[in-house]
Amino acid sequence: MALKKFVVGCFQDEKVLFPAVEKVRKAGYKFHDIYTPFPVHGLDKAMGLRDTSLHTAGFLYGLIGTTTAVTFMTWVFTKDWPVNIGGKPNFAFPAWIPITFEMTVLCAAVGMVLTFCYICQLAPFVKRHHFHPRATDDLFVMVIECGEKTNEDELKSLLNSVGAEGVNTQVAEEGWWIGRYDKEQELYKEPNIA
Amino acid sequence: MSVTKYESQLREPLVNGDKTYGQVTQDIVHTIEAKPTRLWYIGFYVSVALLLFGVYSVYREVTYGIGQWNVNRTIGWGWDITNFVWWVGIGHAGTLISAILLLFRQGWRTGVNRAAEAMTIFAVMCAGQFPIFHMGRVWMAFFTLPYPNTRGPLWPNFNSPLMWDVFAISTYFTVSLLFWYSGLLPDLATVRDRAKTKLRKHLYGIASFGWSGSTKHWQRHESLSLVLAGLSTPLVLSVHTIVSFDFATSVIPGWHTTIFPPYFVAGAIFSGFAMVQTLMLVLRKVMNLHDYITLGHIEAMNKIIVLTGSIVGCAYLTELFMAWYSQVPFEQDIFFKYRIAGPYGWSYWLMMTCNVISPQLFWFRKLRRNVLFTFIMSIVVNIGMWFERFVIIVSSLYRDYLPSSWSVYYRPTIWEVGFYLGTFGLFFTCFFLFAKYFPVIAIAEIKYVLKTTGESYKDNMENLEKKSVDEFVHEMHHDHHAEGKVTVAHH
Repeated sequence: MALKKFVVGCFQDEKVLFPAVEKVRKAGYKFHDIYTPFPVHGLDKAMGLRDTSLHTAGFLYGLIGTTTAVTFMTWVFTKDWPVNIGGKPNFAFPAWIPITFEMTVLCAAVGMVLTFCYICQLAPFVKRHHFHPRATDDLFVMVIECGEKTNEDELKSLLNSVGAEGVNTQVAEEGWWIGRYDKEQELYKEPNIA
Repeated sequence: MSVTKYESQLREPLVNGDKTYGQVTQDIVHTIEAKPTRLWYIGFYVSVALLLFGVYSVYREVTYGIGQWNVNRTIGWGWDITNFVWWVGIGHAGTLISAILLLFRQGWRTGVNRAAEAMTIFAVMCAGQFPIFHMGRVWMAFFTLPYPNTRGPLWPNFNSPLMWDVFAISTYFTVSLLFWYSGLLPDLATVRDRAKTKLRKHLYGIASFGWSGSTKHWQRHESLSLVLAGLSTPLVLSVHTIVSFDFATSVIPGWHTTIFPPYFVAGAIFSGFAMVQTLMLVLRKVMNLHDYITLGHIEAMNKIIVLTGSIVGCAYLTELFMAWYSQVPFEQDIFFKYRIAGPYGWSYWLMMTCNVISPQLFWFRKLRRNVLFTFIMSIVVNIGMWFERFVIIVSSLYRDYLPSSWSVYYRPTIWEVGFYLGTFGLFFTCFFLFAKYFPVIAIAEIKYVLKTTGESYKDNMENLEKKSVDEFVHEMHHDHHAEGKVTVAHH
């Protein structure tokens, strides 16, 4: 596992965060990520992230559900085991609409959630480095990756000048791994300003 | 740090008190970190006792057969299916709040959606027990699933509404669970990062799936929530529609009507919101959440109750009118002889009083904002909605087409009642555990409505929009200035 060096700065207010994001981007630094306690609208655009296409995946899963349900019921009732139910047609499409609909929704929802977990690498027992414990509480934590050419001090002073608090450097594994949370991580202490 | 409340100054704030993000976390998470109160233990043990009684009742039914209940050849559905429909109905409010109100951009849903979704899941769990054990030979319940079996393979009948039910309820349960849990991930991560003991950190670490709060993850999370809401909206309407098909596609007088789907859906929302009120009022009192579940929330839900209650009342009257207008003697007899009058007439009038007449009191603003009155009314509505299903099932069935199969007066046995009480036990055991170990309010969503987020991004949006809002505010300011009621914040 490759360790990388990151410069971390915390923000208390999104009003400070947005101009800071713009300035850091203009200065040419590469964001590792910004960790926020809730979805901050517009932050993805400000960081230059592209839109997610998760909803397209959801649509495709839904289509799979629809076709599976219709073809399966058609096969069962017209080919595999045709049953005379009150003299009604074997291909009783209107009566299959409820099940087709439910299967569409089920496949779309399950497929999307699994895809979401997969692309975000979220699963039980997955562990990743958390740059600040209050990133899930009340701080917006900006993390910038240091390349070979990055001048760390310059970056730190830039972050300080745009309103970041508690600027520090952390060496961490950037991916995820399987492990226990309580092994290396520090436990929570009463709030102290970053 | 200056805290502006929810965007619109013309509306009531969604969160009372000047709160910072940190305080929101503290307010909601501290109940998880503290030891449960005495009340919690009492409630929990009572629920577990009820659950055990339910388990014993079901044990008797499974061991000795359906004969343990007083359902008979004529009233085949009795209490069992009444309870099923009642619980499914209750299970509608959660997804309605989280999905439909999300699509309608109703900001107030954030205070109540988490607990309401949990309620939905537990209610559907309870509902599912009834048709499963009503099968009699419950160990063959898996025969309803279309899997390649050694009997042919023999497939279930996909044309049957009972089969649609299997798909509808299981899909509804799965999707609600996924929706609820995906929303919980960020909040569980909040609990994990505040953990003071190793065990808690470890367990919430597992439960939160390693959530970090990354912007990209949030972006996908938002997209996921929106699509799941879009999927759940027709789903929640379809589930009770399909439940009503169980009745409407039959040829029993009083059931064979096209009004059933909308009528059942409205009734489900009606009873679901009543149950949400019951739980929320207790929750806000016990957990001191007055700032998050405000009188504004309670009033908003009461408005939905009076609306859906009126729709239900309208459906009752339409049924009576159609029975008369159709000139079908069987329909007329069922409604005018056996429902309104007859040995079960009392249940009809109880239903009418609880569901149609009493919720009309919510037209008064004072009563909508009265906590005690709302609590009593929520119980009244739930009793009324139970009797609605009882009336539909029992009073349509007890006079069959053949007088020789007319039923004697139907009374449940203790084991039939015990099964129902047992589901209360299951429901409240789950709810007590949820209230203790999970954030009962969606923390991240509350933080999201706490302030206007993404201010700088918004500034870049069309100035036109901003201008018209300013003009509107200006007008409102003038209109109300004389009355001195509305004060508008100047920017």
